[in-house]
Amino acid sequence: MRRRILPGFGLTLGFTLLYLGLIVLLPLSATVWKTSSLGLEGFWEVATTPRALASYRVTFGLSLLAALVNGVFGVIVAWMLVRYEFPGKKLVDAMVDLPFALPTAVAGIALATLYAPQGWLGRWFEEFGIKVAFTPAGIFVALTFIGLPFVVRTVQPVLEQAERELEEAAASLGATWWQTVRRIILPVLLPSILTGVAMAFARAIGEYGSVIFIAGNMPMISEITPLLIVIKLEQYDYAGATALAVVMLVASFCLLLVINTLQWWTARRSSGGVA
Amino acid sequence: MVDGAAQFGGGGLMGAALGMRRSYEAVAPHKEVLPEPLLAKLVIGGLGLAFLVLFLFIPLVAVFHGALEKGWDLFLQSFDDPAGWHAIQLTLIVAAIAVPLNMVFGLAAAWAITKFKFRGKSFLITLIDLPFAVSPVVAGLIYVLLCGRQGWFGPWLLEHDIRIIFALPGIVLATIFVTFPFVARELIPLMQAQGNDEEFAAVTLGAGGWQTFWRVTLPKVKWGLLYGVILCNARAMGEFGAVSVVSGHIRGQTNTIPLHIEILYNEYQAVAAFAFAALLALLALVTLGVKTLVETLSRGQFRGDAQLVIAAKEA
Amino acid sequence: MKIEVQGISKKFGRFPALHEVNLTVPSGKLVALLGPSGSGKTTLLRIIAGLEFGDTGRILFDGRDVTELPAGKRQVGFVFQHYALFRHLTVFRNITFGLDVRPRRLRPSPVDAAKRVAELLKLVQLEGLESRFPPQLSGGQRQRIALARALAVEPKVLLLDEPFGALDAKVRKDLRRWLREFHERVHITTLFVTHDQEEALELADEVVVLHEGRIQQIGTPEQIYHQPANEFVHTFLGNVNELPGSGGTLRVRPHEILIGKNEEGGLVGTVVNVHAAGPVVRVLVRVPDRTDPVLVELSQREHSGLGLVENDRVTLSY
Repeated sequence: MRRRILPGFGLTLGFTLLYLGLIVLLPLSATVWKTSSLGLEGFWEVATTPRALASYRVTFGLSLLAALVNGVFGVIVAWMLVRYEFPGKKLVDAMVDLPFALPTAVAGIALATLYAPQGWLGRWFEEFGIKVAFTPAGIFVALTFIGLPFVVRTVQPVLEQAERELEEAAASLGATWWQTVRRIILPVLLPSILTGVAMAFARAIGEYGSVIFIAGNMPMISEITPLLIVIKLEQYDYAGATALAVVMLVASFCLLLVINTLQWWTARRSSGGVA
Repeated sequence: MVDGAAQFGGGGLMGAALGMRRSYEAVAPHKEVLPEPLLAKLVIGGLGLAFLVLFLFIPLVAVFHGALEKGWDLFLQSFDDPAGWHAIQLTLIVAAIAVPLNMVFGLAAAWAITKFKFRGKSFLITLIDLPFAVSPVVAGLIYVLLCGRQGWFGPWLLEHDIRIIFALPGIVLATIFVTFPFVARELIPLMQAQGNDEEFAAVTLGAGGWQTFWRVTLPKVKWGLLYGVILCNARAMGEFGAVSVVSGHIRGQTNTIPLHIEILYNEYQAVAAFAFAALLALLALVTLGVKTLVETLSRGQFRGDAQLVIAAKEA
Repeated sequence: MKIEVQGISKKFGRFPALHEVNLTVPSGKLVALLGPSGSGKTTLLRIIAGLEFGDTGRILFDGRDVTELPAGKRQVGFVFQHYALFRHLTVFRNITFGLDVRPRRLRPSPVDAAKRVAELLKLVQLEGLESRFPPQLSGGQRQRIALARALAVEPKVLLLDEPFGALDAKVRKDLRRWLREFHERVHITTLFVTHDQEEALELADEVVVLHEGRIQQIGTPEQIYHQPANEFVHTFLGNVNELPGSGGTLRVRPHEILIGKNEEGGLVGTVVNVHAAGPVVRVLVRVPDRTDPVLVELSQREHSGLGLVENDRVTLSY
């Protein structure tokens, strides 16, 4: 369309693209440039050292575990916030976003202190012979913390809008409460739960600040990939750091695609199947 | 004209879940047709509360406890430190540059995306979201690759004696990258939902582009903009990973508050570390407070409107 | 001001919204653009306003080509379906908006602006509401404020998009009558879009019927109703019975059929259903060789004279 009703198309789109190009796309393309200097074989070699592979296992495995735990508890918290009335509900609702607003370093030192062997919670675990801080369990705790808001915030609006009539219909047909939840409500929530889990997972794999304080950072055991990138950078191994970064970027972009698809699915489900 | 909401829903957005919620309709009090068994209520409520207490409240309390456990005096003494003050200054400077830039970008992007039709719009939205999906460490790394001594522009920058990495510009750039989508992410769905009729009305009444923007669009989106800016600011001041990679940790020179916290913590100065952490935690709480306020305000406004309309009809 | 639409076509993607539309709206007339949803009527209105652009064709105002003119320079007053009032501004500021955005030398003095607002509020019969905000108004009030706002800049043309679409039935009727009277007083060329044939017939000097992006008929309400140009116009403007006639099938409106009991001649049938609530009595008559029963409308008085009940044998003449 050559004529536009409101002015400013060229100015705003031009600025948007320029800014996007300079701040995001140009720097990101530097990874491609650096990787190409490695060559495919070199890249493969650096990206699949035993230490790197171990860091992927730690990062992706624990991120997935944390995202799944958030999947379960996120639904529970969302349910609580939508369906129950209790004093301080508004405060609790607002606090759910805390992990999003709280700087990761702050979360990191707080969790590390709490779960250290002498900490409030670590002491308690210690009695059962469980070490949390400075082990992979600590990483799991940090990743669960930072992923907490995602499932709650994707499920909550869907649950709010879920048609009460569906439940009432199920009830009138003789279904019990649990049958209604399992067969009617959970299927409606499923796309939003998966979206939230995918978001929490995507956030967790890139996380750095909150993890490094509590992880112990033992190579092969509790070393996450972002930390390994930092270590390689500190050793001026830019190509090695970039290779790992490319692996992470590819994973992130795939996840972004998955999230896109899931959100489209959620939107379609909740809007009743509009094209 | 406005694009369908469904099309927009396709734009996949990590941040979308965390934006301001705009369900203005009050949820009707629920008539229990199928009462939830008491046992289920107890189990769900108990598990949910336990989870929130364990993962939200205790860590938050621990921050303030860590800062104050040795008393007020020691807490206040923590700030009696030139390196600490420098970190605070640097953090404020970085935010003062990064946040306005991202705000202008957010407004421009939202205007372009919601006021016009063009090809590749959903792709553009996905690109704007990209920084959400990139690890902060990678965000820092890419600027090192670009502007570091070994980087793309490294030789040129060295020749002209411009320092970006391990200096303020690098910290600002990394911060801009990490907080890039926040304002745009908040404004785009809001402006999409509001539609363009009021802007069109302004135009038919003879208003120009800037007049329409200042007099019509900006007042319409002010609350969403405020929240986007506040969130962007909180993230800018609290960013750790990306800044850590580009700053070089030069004490008293390139340390922001989060980096200063790390140093203090690693030097076993727990009280001082938590004192600075408490500062940032307060900022986070203020951010959440503003979010709740903004949500309540806009919701209350709408609910009030509905009542007034009913009253006006009856009159 | 006279509006001429010449050869306007418009496609949204592959969907053709308007096809070679030609139309002249005479100066000072109140004209309805009538059609079902998707007929292109709103698109045509927006193209005239400059809020949309045709792929081909021209728009002329009093012979002057305004096709390339931006909306703000066309001197049109546009009233949006959902009014598009500026909710953060008072009624007063909404009405003066078009004056406030003028360059300083063209802006009326504050006193003149206030006078203008008072006049307009009187015209739309909403005196004293200056300091209210749009959310504090009822739907009908918002509608009239939107009209006052559009009139404040003294437009040469008034364009209304489904002016009564968002109102409930009672307010709708009142406002319809009010708009008719209003137009008789100000005599500004007015074009409004509606999907409600009753609204178009009652209100307009002239009705333009649109269907699938093409103009089906232009004419006075009487012409449109009594001499429909084609089957679409005929069926769209009201119920139609298709009955056998001398030259094939005849389309006859329900009130045009005379119904009689124990009379000679005409079509013989059996009453299936009598619906006597409301000002018009609707009778369904089954006639041989037709699957659909014939709908006949008669007044309450005629009905009480005949005393029709189910299974009565009747004759229909038309």
